[in-house]
Amino acid sequence: MIVYILRRMVQSFLVLLAVSLVVFMAVYAVGDPIELLVSAEASDADRQVMIKRLGLDLPVWLQYWSFLTRAFQGDLGTSFVHGIPAIELIVQRFPATFELVVVAIGLTCLLGIPLGLVAGLFNDKPLGRGLMGGSVLGFSLPNFWQGMMLILMFAVWLQWLPSSGRGDTVNVLGVPLSLLTADGWSHVMLPAINLALGNIALVLRLTATGVMEAKTQEYVKFARAKGISERRILTRHILRNILIPVVTVIGMEFGTLIAYSTITETVFAWPGMGKLLIDSIYKLDRPVVVAYVMLVTFIFVMINLLVDLAYAVLDPRVQLQEAQ
Amino acid sequence: MAAAQSLTIGLASEPTAADPHYHKVTTNDAFSAHIFESLINRNAQMELIPGLAQSWRAVDDNTWELKLRQGVKFSNGEPFTSKDVLFTLCRVLNNETNVSRSYMEPAQSFSDVQTPDDYTVIIKSERPIPTMPNELARSLPIIWSGIAKFDKLRFAPKEGCGVTSPWPTVADFNTGKLSIGTGPYKLKSYVKGNGIEMERNEGYWGTKPHWKTVKMVPVPNAGPRLTGLMSGDYDVIESPAARDLPRIKENNKLDFVATPSTRLVFFQPDAGRAQSPFAKSADGKNPLQDLRVRQAINMAIDRKAIVQRLMDGMATVANQYMPTGMFGSLDKPTEIKFDPEAAKKLLAEAGYPQGFELTLTTTNDRYINDGQIAQAVAQYLTRIGIKTTVDAQAAAIYFPKRAKREFSFAIGGWPSENGEASGLFQYWVATTDKDKGLGTSNYGGFSLPAFDQVFVPAMSQMDANARKAAYQQATQIALANVPLIPLHFESSIWAFKKGLSYEGRRDQYTLAMSVKPK
Repeated sequence: MIVYILRRMVQSFLVLLAVSLVVFMAVYAVGDPIELLVSAEASDADRQVMIKRLGLDLPVWLQYWSFLTRAFQGDLGTSFVHGIPAIELIVQRFPATFELVVVAIGLTCLLGIPLGLVAGLFNDKPLGRGLMGGSVLGFSLPNFWQGMMLILMFAVWLQWLPSSGRGDTVNVLGVPLSLLTADGWSHVMLPAINLALGNIALVLRLTATGVMEAKTQEYVKFARAKGISERRILTRHILRNILIPVVTVIGMEFGTLIAYSTITETVFAWPGMGKLLIDSIYKLDRPVVVAYVMLVTFIFVMINLLVDLAYAVLDPRVQLQEAQ
Repeated sequence: MAAAQSLTIGLASEPTAADPHYHKVTTNDAFSAHIFESLINRNAQMELIPGLAQSWRAVDDNTWELKLRQGVKFSNGEPFTSKDVLFTLCRVLNNETNVSRSYMEPAQSFSDVQTPDDYTVIIKSERPIPTMPNELARSLPIIWSGIAKFDKLRFAPKEGCGVTSPWPTVADFNTGKLSIGTGPYKLKSYVKGNGIEMERNEGYWGTKPHWKTVKMVPVPNAGPRLTGLMSGDYDVIESPAARDLPRIKENNKLDFVATPSTRLVFFQPDAGRAQSPFAKSADGKNPLQDLRVRQAINMAIDRKAIVQRLMDGMATVANQYMPTGMFGSLDKPTEIKFDPEAAKKLLAEAGYPQGFELTLTTTNDRYINDGQIAQAVAQYLTRIGIKTTVDAQAAAIYFPKRAKREFSFAIGGWPSENGEASGLFQYWVATTDKDKGLGTSNYGGFSLPAFDQVFVPAMSQMDANARKAAYQQATQIALANVPLIPLHFESSIWAFKKGLSYEGRRDQYTLAMSVKPK
């Protein structure tokens, strides 16, 4: 186990290094941030001072080298636009995104898995077919459109929930959290539903297919023949067996949502990381974009590791060591 | 009653710092104007009014004397004196955390600043700066001198002015710790992306604003901004999309105000080169170098139609380069007639009866309806025989390319920030001389000595009447030689709940102080 984790960490480090090189080169090939930062009023001397201060006068490889050396000291660069460390900017936004994603994934688990069970068990009944049919809408309708419809219905017409922003926050150990206030919950609901809809549908279908397949398997028939209760068959035999792909997908989706909930965050003006990424791309704020991708890669690598470990817990047959 | 005392504003773009000397852009300045004040203020029409200085006068060509207001206190209760002015100037000149040396103009050209007593400031400059009051109004928010340590302050920016502790950085202001000003509001919190919270400064010397607490939320996307207003999340929003105006008009719970701004939207032809990448003619020359071609293009565009149909009336036709009424603009400019027939004739005279090929390059996310404006102009040019292509790009891609002169016919927009007709001419029309700060945005390479001879000396002309006359003469010369194709002046729009009123501002600032209940 420990060897496995260690090896995975070395792998992760190499992945991060490769990603940093690719992203750095790609981002630095696009546009010239100086033109967006410096007003037309600035004199050429002022412009040169700025170029020098941002280190843009150096050749790319030297810029990358200084980025790397600083990165090893925990400094991922300073935002061109905001003048504060990029990582600080991202970390400031992290709680908002994290809360949103936790609620969305919570909704996904709470609704997706049970509904999937129902749809799988009753796949020949109208209820099951209705659920399977309805789920198609969940991931085929574009995310931004769903978001706008949610706003139109619940914020503009019914006026039940606010349309944008994050609401009141409470500081817990210096981290502003909005899930501790009623106002915060009212703000998080619409964007979380928007994020969750597609995933609920995905998990529902995945669970349902698994259940349909499992319930015809020999071991289920055998268990039933032994006289084990239906409830126990469902939870111990069927659910445990089909959860592995579901956990994988939920894990991956968790990472994806944290990294790229940009559309939802833009539609609902949710002050999270996704919106920061979009804003930074528009403003050619290179350090923030690079730091962002690095951080996101790191999160993905970690989630993958955790998912692999979760397999082992769920199914003891899974071997962590690779085959010799 | 508590609800009526608080105001929530949806901003179109987010201020990048709470430091008033960080980055000279409208969004930052509008935000800092709530907390920090300048020596001289501007009203909604951009006319100068007394601020922290009660009066100002030019003693001689290179010297200005300001008399400060007495009895003004900072939000922490400390009195405001000339020491704070000197400290602010020194901080601006020693600020290493600002973007592109923002706010250093005009202080860079000061040779001496004296404070003979607590309420007098004397500024001496190396060259005459006739627009000194305008400059002080737009680029010197006063901060409290107590945020750094010093024994005796003196104007010696290179030696640090006598300040013994490190200069405060942008981060110190963002936390709110050092955001101490004399303005009508106090900063409560500034969380990037999440919004800004402010509280009324009960000790403010001037008219106290109506709202006890103000929250500003950045919502860069126009759609969510409007739905936020409709659902009651915001009381006021900046710049709703022009296409949504009909819906705002129909909605009986909402209201809006549109104010002409000084921002001119124009096209800049590449007139300075014999070869231009996207202007191709049969004779191999750059047709845009020919004055008759530029005049023909000027006449081929129906500005009224663009303003009425495309801009929904939320713009003013531009027949000159600065709005009528602004210092140095023409009182009664001749209308640039829409005359496609005459334009065709001019084009034939210039040797292009069959027209030529031209690519119009435009942003599609910078100015109001910019992409559509370029489409419309392209169609007008097609009508007189010029074969046009429109190339629309994101601003982040567009501006760097334009600076490298990669375009032949490019859109531009420019507000006159100092309230005089000089701003646009200085950067966009005067012959490029980077050392003197002239023509730094003259990407078309336009150069006309007759224009420079009138305009450049006028910039340091202290006599207001003579300066005004020279600017008007420069305007006439420019109009005759078409360095830029003026289209219209954008209007700024604010939408708000019925029952409120907003005094729209020419400088495009969104101020909580300007929101009042009816």
